[in-house]
Amino acid sequence: MAKRIDVKDLNIFYGKFHAVDRVTLAVPPRSVTAFIGPSGCGKSTVLRSLNRMHEVTPGARVEGKVLLDGEDIYASAVDPVEVRRTIGMVFQRPNPFPTMSIRDNVVAGLRLGGMRNKKQLDEIAERSLRGANLWAEVSDRLDKPGGSLSGGQQQRLCIARAIAVQPDVLLMDEPCSALDPISTLAIEDLIGELKKDYTIVIVTHNMQQAARVSDQTAFFNLHGVGQPGRLVEIDDTEKIFSNPGQQATEDYISGRFG
Amino acid sequence: MIGAMTSDSGQPGVRTAAVRRPGDTIFRTLTTGAGLAIVIAIALIGLFLLIKAVPSLAADKDNFLISANFVTTDPNNLMFGIRDLLIVTVLTSLVALVIAMPVSLGIALFLTQYAPPRLSRPFAYMVDLLAAVPSIVYGLWGILVLGPALEPFEIWLNSTFGWFPLFATGNIPISGAGTIFTVGVVLAAMLLPIITSVTREVFRQTPVMQIEGALALGATKWEVIRTTVLPFGRSGYIAASMLGLGRALGETVAVLLILHSSPKPANFSLFDGGYTFASKIASAASEFSQPLPTGAYISAGLVLFVLTFVVNAVARSIAGGKAAK
Repeated sequence: MAKRIDVKDLNIFYGKFHAVDRVTLAVPPRSVTAFIGPSGCGKSTVLRSLNRMHEVTPGARVEGKVLLDGEDIYASAVDPVEVRRTIGMVFQRPNPFPTMSIRDNVVAGLRLGGMRNKKQLDEIAERSLRGANLWAEVSDRLDKPGGSLSGGQQQRLCIARAIAVQPDVLLMDEPCSALDPISTLAIEDLIGELKKDYTIVIVTHNMQQAARVSDQTAFFNLHGVGQPGRLVEIDDTEKIFSNPGQQATEDYISGRFG
Repeated sequence: MIGAMTSDSGQPGVRTAAVRRPGDTIFRTLTTGAGLAIVIAIALIGLFLLIKAVPSLAADKDNFLISANFVTTDPNNLMFGIRDLLIVTVLTSLVALVIAMPVSLGIALFLTQYAPPRLSRPFAYMVDLLAAVPSIVYGLWGILVLGPALEPFEIWLNSTFGWFPLFATGNIPISGAGTIFTVGVVLAAMLLPIITSVTREVFRQTPVMQIEGALALGATKWEVIRTTVLPFGRSGYIAASMLGLGRALGETVAVLLILHSSPKPANFSLFDGGYTFASKIASAASEFSQPLPTGAYISAGLVLFVLTFVVNAVARSIAGGKAAK
């Protein structure tokens, strides 16, 4: 299922504002790629452009290409709804549907896809919850609302919801920034398991986290306020954190930024 | 007072609850007074209605709850009941609600989800403007324009679905269309801005996180609305509709102008004529000279007061249930 992503000369604009300048990078299948960099450098924008979620903002547009196993997701015949069904996303704050039960939350994406078979839905709900390391904690209360779980459980519920539709790629936008250290550890362990089946791209402000979970790391930066963000470099995580190719990267990861 | 404040800030460890700041005290008294004024006003209105109504209710020769008469010309022989008033009031309001609720929902969804921002603002403004039209204008429009226009449709409904009680022949002729049905349609137009503006604000507050969560699962526009906007705004929408219902129950001038009166009792048909509580009271307002006959109308007002109260309480409990979540 896992597919590779190639981003080629990607420029992103919000109206007249040039948000991201000429990003080119490649994400191999079954790997974890971390995006790091200061706030406002465009890393979340790039992440959201990978499943066309940035289009939710009025006036957003891109130039350049995002290829999913060689197919351009911005080609004119491609429906953004279809793109988002194959490229799942987990957000900064857990956002289960508050009125739906835990089970309904997990299978919400499948229901949207038209699946009605209850037995099949139940099987997938269990499989996804197991995949998100949440099954043991919620198996006895699947009919309770999703909002009744703790923050860390809610985030794993959202991951279960995202993997229930068996996406090709999983995007994570600072998935642990609203969680305590123990829940963070649970999510990081989960990321390590998920990469056996999925291509994962994660945005994080926590550099230890990037070092712990990712195979390669991309460092984004911007030259000044109002300037577009750009990709400084992308390389194996080990290399970025021990011997980065750019001075700016070294300054940032060693805390000498700005 | 000032001494107490300095000693309090000087010793953060011994903070006493008794510190009083003059600004707080004055403001709290003012706001408490404003709040109390409302409670007292409502209590006094209820008390007034009750005191004036009780003697007439005691002198009533008919059963107040089930009599269709409203004869108050002879103070020694009062015969009145609320049967028809209640039927007409409830039917007009329900027709209004049945029409206004789905249309308002549509407008609110259009304004918040589909309309381009450039169009959304002026359009929302126009809907709000509907609320500013005086009800006498709605009444004139109803009797001179809408009534005649609806007449063929009402005749068709009556002749085609006459076997169904609500569409059966009423106690007045449809010609002229001074029927409950026409009143309901006019009331619906009056409710639209009320229900729409509240619903619109609730829908607008749907958390972006929820919407993005649905979009990221590959939801289409309609599916986003169905999985996030509607569940989030449902209780607000129902509360708004109850608010509108309260307004419809009490509407007076427009109803008085449009609805034809009838010597016969109501048939539970949408093509009945008659009076609502409010229009009945207004129609007799010039004859309020003797206490007992006047009290008969006041007792009708008391029932309307209680009815509106119940509707508002229901609305409040629905809206409150959401806030508690």
